[in-house]
Amino acid sequence: MTMATKTSKKHDAKSESKSESKSKAKAEATDRTYDAIVIGGGHNGLVNGAYLAKSGLKTLIIERRHTVGGAAITEELRPGFNFTTFSYALSLIRPQIIQDLELTKHGFMPLLMSTTFAPMENGDYLFMGQDHGMNQKEIARHSKHDADAYDQYAHDMEMVCQALKPLMDMAPPDIFSDDPEELLALANLGSRFRKLDKRTLHNVVRLLTGSVADFLDDYFDSDILKGYLASSAIIGTKVGPRSQGSGLVLLYHSLGEHDGEFGAWAFHKGGNGGFTQVLARAAQSFGAEIVLESPVETVITQGGRATGVALQDGTEYHANTVVSALDPRRTFLELVNPRELPEDLVEAITRFRFQGTSSKVNFALDGLPEYPALPGRGDQYRGFMNIGPSMDYLEHAFDDAKYGWYSQRPYIDCAIQSTIDPDMAPPGKHVMSSFIQYTPYKLRESDWDTERQNLGDTVQATLESFFPGFGDLVLQREVVTPLDIERTVGLSEGNIFAGEFLAPQMYFFRPAPGWSQYRTPIDGYYQCGSGTHPGGCVIGAPGKLAAERILKDLGKA
Amino acid sequence: MILTSPFHERTSALNTTGLWSHWSGHLATTRYQISDKFEYFAVRNSAGIFDSSPLFKYRIHGRDAESFLAGVLARDIRTCAPGNAQYTAWLDERGYVVEDGVILRPGKDEFLLTSAEPNLAYFQDKIGRRGQVTIEEVSADLGTLAIQGPRSRDLVSRLIPDAAKIPYFGLAHGEIAGSPVTVSRTGYSGDLGYELWIDAADALKVWDTLWESVQGYGVLPFGLDALYMLRIEAGLLLLDVDFSSSRFAWTDEDRSTALELGFGWMFKDLATDDRAFIGRRALEREIADKTSRWRLTGMLVDWQDYERTYNDAGLMAPKDHTPINEEFFVYDEAMTQVGYATSYMYSPILQRHIALVRVRPELAAPGTEIRLEVDVNHKYEYVRARTARNPLYHPARKTA
Repeated sequence: MTMATKTSKKHDAKSESKSESKSKAKAEATDRTYDAIVIGGGHNGLVNGAYLAKSGLKTLIIERRHTVGGAAITEELRPGFNFTTFSYALSLIRPQIIQDLELTKHGFMPLLMSTTFAPMENGDYLFMGQDHGMNQKEIARHSKHDADAYDQYAHDMEMVCQALKPLMDMAPPDIFSDDPEELLALANLGSRFRKLDKRTLHNVVRLLTGSVADFLDDYFDSDILKGYLASSAIIGTKVGPRSQGSGLVLLYHSLGEHDGEFGAWAFHKGGNGGFTQVLARAAQSFGAEIVLESPVETVITQGGRATGVALQDGTEYHANTVVSALDPRRTFLELVNPRELPEDLVEAITRFRFQGTSSKVNFALDGLPEYPALPGRGDQYRGFMNIGPSMDYLEHAFDDAKYGWYSQRPYIDCAIQSTIDPDMAPPGKHVMSSFIQYTPYKLRESDWDTERQNLGDTVQATLESFFPGFGDLVLQREVVTPLDIERTVGLSEGNIFAGEFLAPQMYFFRPAPGWSQYRTPIDGYYQCGSGTHPGGCVIGAPGKLAAERILKDLGKA
Repeated sequence: MILTSPFHERTSALNTTGLWSHWSGHLATTRYQISDKFEYFAVRNSAGIFDSSPLFKYRIHGRDAESFLAGVLARDIRTCAPGNAQYTAWLDERGYVVEDGVILRPGKDEFLLTSAEPNLAYFQDKIGRRGQVTIEEVSADLGTLAIQGPRSRDLVSRLIPDAAKIPYFGLAHGEIAGSPVTVSRTGYSGDLGYELWIDAADALKVWDTLWESVQGYGVLPFGLDALYMLRIEAGLLLLDVDFSSSRFAWTDEDRSTALELGFGWMFKDLATDDRAFIGRRALEREIADKTSRWRLTGMLVDWQDYERTYNDAGLMAPKDHTPINEEFFVYDEAMTQVGYATSYMYSPILQRHIALVRVRPELAAPGTEIRLEVDVNHKYEYVRARTARNPLYHPARKTA
């Protein structure tokens, strides 16, 4: 079996796959029949393909671009400077996947992000690290009340996360089915919640249905602490901290873990592109083939079942199992003819909210920014920097988005990744990833091709206001708007989660009522992207759970 | 009065935690950064610098130095050509390990032995009247710095070009800041790494030049906490944790033979080795009669069983990278105790709980299923684990 993808032997940031020429790859693939074909080499496609290959299926992963990774890529946009163009940190990846796919053998290396730094508009800051007692004192500097309130909050969140964590690793039961197995799964789900103590169950409901502002107000006085915690409740979603539903986003992000710690994040060696290269190597080690630069035009169906895929150039690959790792809109409305699908499903997918609202502005820097209150220091930059100093700041940022414009004082989640992985930038230089919100996909009376650099200027001016002299350090700037995410990665409307994290689009209903178990109405056609349960972030669970569904249907599990 | 290393003036300024340990009568940094894990990753991902000056160091020289060492060290020093170093151990007459250490051989009749505890009397008393051998303790005369991690070769060889070419356990010489420095490709991290041997009087100026030259490369100084994480992954033993010196043990239960500690590889040429080294006869008997009680090996905990055990008890499963240098008993399937773990931690790079463990020799084959006793909710639970070959972490760059 030929490997149509060459991966670098070096486990470093520069190890993006370089495709062999398209024609050569195809010439080698004389036998175009497989057991399974996965459309899309994003992280879920790779995870899915790896599991299928590991179970013995002859598996092909087809990627449109010149590299696998989807929205989890690292690109050397300037010699020596490696940018995490889109996704930029790791937390939700399921521990089971790390073990099952033996990722540590292939270079899996989640580097600790050991600090969080939150600058304030008055020049002060909140600087949290790995020493619990020091963190208590740091919080007490802002509010003595909040020091132990924070411990209570952290404990309550851990109780909630421990209760809900198993749901991240199993498919939702089908509530519309009379199948005894599904009814049993539903009963088990009920009994899981029945066993929770009152406080934890109530917190689950408060988070699933309420706003993060209400939730945090019940614990804290301090604006800076609330701003820092609330940021996880808005990332990637068109909600403000005072919107109902923001609690759900906080809960989802808190369910990630790093080395056993809920809500902790890591920076993978070489960025998330480094991580997806690890996944690609793992998939290939199990025998999966990867073809690059091969955009799929359509899924071929015969008599209501999938039989393969056709590329845009007419090349066909055949398999009785075809898996789409793309988002629900592409999976149901573009890769197949919607007329082959039930009307209610088409209607649900048409209504499915994408409305991407996040951007990235990535910088190559000539040195570390200086924070005036910490002159000469740099140890505050060993993790995230959170520009969202209060609930009001975040809500004002959201206000602009409600009326079709981007935030004039945006929320920014930064990380100077070269302080964590020095291979990301040349010696003494740095790369800084900045996640920006809010930047709605649809702009009022303008478009992103017009506003792209204006957004970059707005972000840079905001950073300049916290880090005077920041602009002088900028060697290069990359602005990635929702439109760019859609164009480059293919995520509809640039939604980073392949569909909004809104209650009606989660769990039983992701991506549509009755279709939450990775199947589609077309036999042999499956879905494994972040538009399925549990959802977005670099998590891999959709890819894994879809593989379990497929193997079960094939009688292999 | 507590002593300080020759680098103390510089390293103490970098210790931001106020955490210190006492090591052989010296102040040694426990952690420089709040996060020992951050220091650990500097070594695994870029490079770290460790001040190992408190180690005991003995200069052994003279016309009979080689033959003397061939008789007192278990591993054949004659196979260590001048310009190389060797990891070795010394045994007592009954084959029990006294200590282990690295020995450098800068010249034909010139050796430098390191050890964790004082050994001058032990060796001097074995010279005998006719031997032309001199042993001097030079611990305080030398400052030693370990530069460990994937970037270490590039960084060291920029200052000492010959270091670029030396093989694993090779030596090179050069100058830093005008001071003579010996470089050995050795260390206690299980990674690509080098150690610098510097006249104590030159320590500060060498440090300044070295430190200046690594700025911007992601290099951190690292302390004992990070070192202890690295060495468990590297399968490297620690005296008084993984074994005791036979000199000072009260019972044979507290003694270990070289074979029991997994040093069998040191004796693969024993059949053609004509030395009468201390412990040889006991070693041969142990091999012939298969009397080893233990075999020290690596261990990987079954992560799912570990997770389940804690979750069933209503707890989050801890994944603490801080090494626990205490005994954890291990059992076989029939719940008979078959050994004990001596160093236990969660390995961030292996994403598993790991341990150095000694088990009955027949259970040492990699992959043998055992159970590890852990206390969960104040009760003992028995988590599935498997033996695994040491070192558990073994990047190709270490020896390449």
